[in-house]
Amino acid sequence: MKLRLKLYATLGDYLPSGVRGHETTLDIGPETTVQQVIDRLGIPEEQAHLVLVDGVYVEPQARSSRVLREGEVLAIWPPVAGG
Amino acid sequence: MSWAGKILRVNLNAGTVTPEPLNMEWAMQYLGQRGLATKYLVEETDPKVDPLSPDNKLIMATGPLTGTMASTGGRYSVITKGPLTGAIACSNSGGFFGAELKHAGWDMIIFEGRSPKPVYLYVEDDHAELIPADEIWGKSVWETDQILHEKHADPLIRIAAVGRAAEKGCLYAAIVNDLHRAAGRSGVGTVMASKQVKAVVVRGTKGISNIRDPEAFEEVTEAAKKVLAENAVTGEGLPKYGTQVLMNVINEIGAMPTRNMRDVQFEGASKISGEAMYEPRESDGKPNLVTNGACFGCTIACGRISTIDPTHFTIKDKPQYRHASGGLEYEAAWALGSDEGIDDLDALTYANFLCNEDGLDPISFGATVAAAMELYEMGVITREDTGGIELKFGNAEALARCAELTARGEGFGQVLGLGSKRLCEKYGHPDLSMTVKGQEFPAYDPRGIQGMGLAYATSNRGACHLRGYSVASEVLGIPYKTDPLVTEGKAELVKAFQDATGAVDSSGLCVFTTFAWTLEDIAPQIDAACEGNWTPEKLQEVGERVWNLERKYNIEAGITGKYDTLPKRLLKEAAKTGPAKGMANRLDEMLPEYYSLRGWTPDGVPTPETLQRLGV
Ligand code: SF4
Repeated sequence: MKLRLKLYATLGDYLPSGVRGHETTLDIGPETTVQQVIDRLGIPEEQAHLVLVDGVYVEPQARSSRVLREGEVLAIWPPVAGG
Repeated sequence: MSWAGKILRVNLNAGTVTPEPLNMEWAMQYLGQRGLATKYLVEETDPKVDPLSPDNKLIMATGPLTGTMASTGGRYSVITKGPLTGAIACSNSGGFFGAELKHAGWDMIIFEGRSPKPVYLYVEDDHAELIPADEIWGKSVWETDQILHEKHADPLIRIAAVGRAAEKGCLYAAIVNDLHRAAGRSGVGTVMASKQVKAVVVRGTKGISNIRDPEAFEEVTEAAKKVLAENAVTGEGLPKYGTQVLMNVINEIGAMPTRNMRDVQFEGASKISGEAMYEPRESDGKPNLVTNGACFGCTIACGRISTIDPTHFTIKDKPQYRHASGGLEYEAAWALGSDEGIDDLDALTYANFLCNEDGLDPISFGATVAAAMELYEMGVITREDTGGIELKFGNAEALARCAELTARGEGFGQVLGLGSKRLCEKYGHPDLSMTVKGQEFPAYDPRGIQGMGLAYATSNRGACHLRGYSVASEVLGIPYKTDPLVTEGKAELVKAFQDATGAVDSSGLCVFTTFAWTLEDIAPQIDAACEGNWTPEKLQEVGERVWNLERKYNIEAGITGKYDTLPKRLLKEAAKTGPAKGMANRLDEMLPEYYSLRGWTPDGVPTPETLQRLGV
């Protein structure tokens, strides 16, 4: 199953090696959760601050139960802000 | 006492400059900067005044922490009645000018009347004089800065100036200090130029020598700096990516105003983002971003210093723009980029340079060009009107040309200088103006961030994100995360943000500190510096007092609750993509509760009890 993965700001470092830019496609098995992807990429918990699936925020307590579906976009940021 | 205790009153009719003591009774109620200057404006002018008449006043005001060693303590604000909105205008700027003014021993400068001839104000500590401005009138901000630095032969002077746009009557002209920091919004620069004041030059050598408890102040400001340094946003995110880190965030959540807010997501967002500013370009292998930069005393340093690709069409024949200068902040990048459907980072950087060079608010300028582009694509504005510019969404050449013309007040730039509201009215389509109270929206579509709809509608200076930044909670989870698509609880949230911001804007500190600090961190710093027993509760009350005073001024100016609304597009046309797909802004679910929480009537008028409680 294909997942579109976007890692922004300093999290770009956690993209699989060889990936240019901030986006890639990831092969995941069925029933893979958001938290499993975060763990697979090795992103520390406090760095996975803003976690969005198709633009919708996934709360920390829901990340282990939120199963990813084919074609969804998972985007993650460390704590960021602007104005 | 960290106020200087002194005001400089400049009577431009008579050409006099007179020192007077600061009203300390008012300072205890309104703190400084935004709050205190608003109090002066309210007491000294008629709210019905024509903003561009000599009877309007223009106040440059510092806060009690401006010029101190508190982190970000370099801010000043410009308060006046705004020509773009007809409402109170209050624009805040960083850089070094505000601190220099304080170091010269002044809390505020009040300009009144209108000079018969162009002048600039020169202040060196206690000495102040008005000097003829013949050699700088008609010049850009950057030329003015250079000429005055050479003339006064002092590299340490700090200069705030208006550019050609303001002189030519552009209604959203900014006052630019230190070359690329600006009191940007609502046309405060237009007011300054209408008074025939081209620039203010300041040199201060006195420093700050009246901190109430210097030892305690050092201790609390150091502790507060540690909080900023250890916070992931203020210690890492903002210095590295600046406000531009938001470009991809806001696009992903479906709240990126695009093509005059027809769309809520921009396909080219990643190309103009904070991340893109790090990508090496093909021509010379260098990225757009050269370094970050800081305002006076700031330990965050969110500023962007950039260069344009030397081979880019905008500057290949213009070597004068090949230096590094103030780069894109998120608000400029959005307004010059996604709102015009343009994903050319260099073109945006060029337009942004021009906004700094001649003092244009990039938000209002960009949003006005976007409205004109929509009208052009509808066939309402023609190629004849634009003087041959193909004003289509996505056309970077058109943006560059519009920036050049508006900066100089030439040709179609005169029409663009009217702002989106007047431009859309002129062409018979007022509904296509994406404004509140005549001021253009900033970078968050309120269909995707519901609370921002309320914040915009009720902002005292027209559409603005810096009056109540509920994005912090609704999107970024600061101080806690709320759902951006619901309206429940947003009235309370927006009010809390508005009041806290009113206090921070009156202190001399930068509002970006509040990504890490709460009033619990700020109050001890003010209290150690100033008499008055400043607690978080007292600051929250100052903010609420400021908010109500501004509101009262607006109502007396004729800007009543009826103007607390959003353009039809945002209330009726649903977002087409993203999480908010199918949704418009539901302002009607939030506004009555907001009025009630504020202690206002159902028409949005502060009740006598509310005003009395706050001592307004
Ligand atoms: S955080 Fe940014 S805008 Fe605020 S004072 Fe620091 S550099 Fe200036």
